[in-house]
Amino acid sequence: MSHHHDHRHDHAHHPAGAIRLSNLTLTYHRHPVVHHVSGSFAQGELTAIVGPNGAGKSTLLKAMMGLMKPNHGKVERHGLAPREIAYLPQQAAIDRDFPLSVQDAVLLGDWRNSGWFGRISRSARQRADAALERVGMAGFGGRPVDELSAGQFQRVLFARLLLQDAQLILLDEPFTALDAKTTADLLAVIAGWRREGRTVVAVLHDYEQVRSHFPQTLLLAKECIAWGPTTEVLTPANLARANGMPQNWDDDAPVCHRDDTGAPTTPPAHDHTLHSH
Amino acid sequence: MTPYEILWQPFADFAFMRHALVGCLALALGCAPIGLFLVLRRMSLMGDAMSHAILPGAAIAFIAYGLSLTAMSIGGLIAGLVVVLAAGMVTRATQLKEDANFAAFYLVSLASGVLLVSKWGSNVDLMHILFGTVLAVDAAALVFLAAVATTTLVVLALFYRALVVESFDPEFLQSMGGRGAWAHFAFLILVVLNLVAGFQALGTLMAVGLMMLPAASARLWAKELPAMLCVALGIALVSGYVGLLISYHGDLPSGPSIILTAGLAYFGSLALGRRGGLLWRWLGHEHLEA
Repeated sequence: MSHHHDHRHDHAHHPAGAIRLSNLTLTYHRHPVVHHVSGSFAQGELTAIVGPNGAGKSTLLKAMMGLMKPNHGKVERHGLAPREIAYLPQQAAIDRDFPLSVQDAVLLGDWRNSGWFGRISRSARQRADAALERVGMAGFGGRPVDELSAGQFQRVLFARLLLQDAQLILLDEPFTALDAKTTADLLAVIAGWRREGRTVVAVLHDYEQVRSHFPQTLLLAKECIAWGPTTEVLTPANLARANGMPQNWDDDAPVCHRDDTGAPTTPPAHDHTLHSH
Repeated sequence: MTPYEILWQPFADFAFMRHALVGCLALALGCAPIGLFLVLRRMSLMGDAMSHAILPGAAIAFIAYGLSLTAMSIGGLIAGLVVVLAAGMVTRATQLKEDANFAAFYLVSLASGVLLVSKWGSNVDLMHILFGTVLAVDAAALVFLAAVATTTLVVLALFYRALVVESFDPEFLQSMGGRGAWAHFAFLILVVLNLVAGFQALGTLMAVGLMMLPAASARLWAKELPAMLCVALGIALVSGYVGLLISYHGDLPSGPSIILTAGLAYFGSLALGRRGGLLWRWLGHEHLEA
């Protein structure tokens, strides 16, 4: 069955998605990396995004944050401003040598209240201490961040997410290169978010981890291969289809006219076409 | 010679020395924190590039109005801002990274400056623009230096948190809708302002020294930003004072004396700095139990 069937299936079960993608296409240099994807992220639920390299997973998160403009279609946030979403990108862009204390790094999570000029309240400091305790870093507040290990640093970033107190949390490969203990501790934090009714969307690679901790999964390979309950999505047949995605784009791809025909759900016969919209 | 004669009499006796001292201290107040942020943002060479970029503005003003501080400052300021804004806009509009664009724009700017001076000025003029003379700082120049230092400290205080976040985790600031680009541009404008303030006293080339050397030294002493700022400020202020004394007693040019004093502080920090200095590395540490 085509992936479009899965969308309708998903809509039926989650009519009030926290965040909805409608016919979303994201491109780099006109080449689509996310191609005509539609669907809703289940509210108050943990959704994993999995798929091969270059499948558009990180790009999709950026678009959900409003950091990247859709080439076509849109992201509907239902009144949620991007700043009300907590987003943890891959670590690359953070300067871990910066002379900042752990407590100050966590307090950045209070940005919505403090902003550029505002005061950091006493209650924010208390929440920062509580957040550090919850990620297993109690007592580290005064240490400079450049003395932390990669695992400890990721725990600090999770403490910052806790302080952000967001209803929607986006995580881009949060467990890459982390040890088993840290991963388990942070997965427990994520499970806590689910109990609090928060929506979490995480890009992940480890299928076992996804199966045991994330009830919902979006399998992405530029196109949406499948989206719904993890057990129904992570099937050998779906994974084989996802891995069959062409890794590189075709320089001579023709312009995509999928929507021009008036039928937005024509089969994906051209998943690496060039986009003109 | 008594300590008084060595350490204070030059300033007590000569108004131009007092002017020079106050000018240097004002310059140090603005330059040191700017330099520290340049170092932390891995833009150490940007200050150097910008110091060259302001040259043609100062040169045109010099050719048109002679040795007028006001004209040269305004000219330098315009040239610097043009390069900052042009490089910034090109970076946002194209694939090229900011450092490549700064390099391209400052080189074009520098070449234009040298061309202008050699065609319509003299070598003496060029030397003056490149190396300045702190001993010629007059009352008007002092007001300008003080105004730049004040502006710098006030703007840095306002933008401090945004600058820290922009340096530590730019994606976070972006995701919170905080316009990091504003903080970045405000900062670059401060860099230009301080270089323009510095070139009359120290010369375009030397002005960068008072920014970068104390800042690089500070990283070797302190582990948190506020402490680093204090160390950088301290080194810059002391370098200005000691450098002027050396220049006076040794009958040496003031700009290089001040910068070499700051350079000495840098080498001292490299050797002795508590955070990563060579001596501590060489001595080694007995490791602790936990």
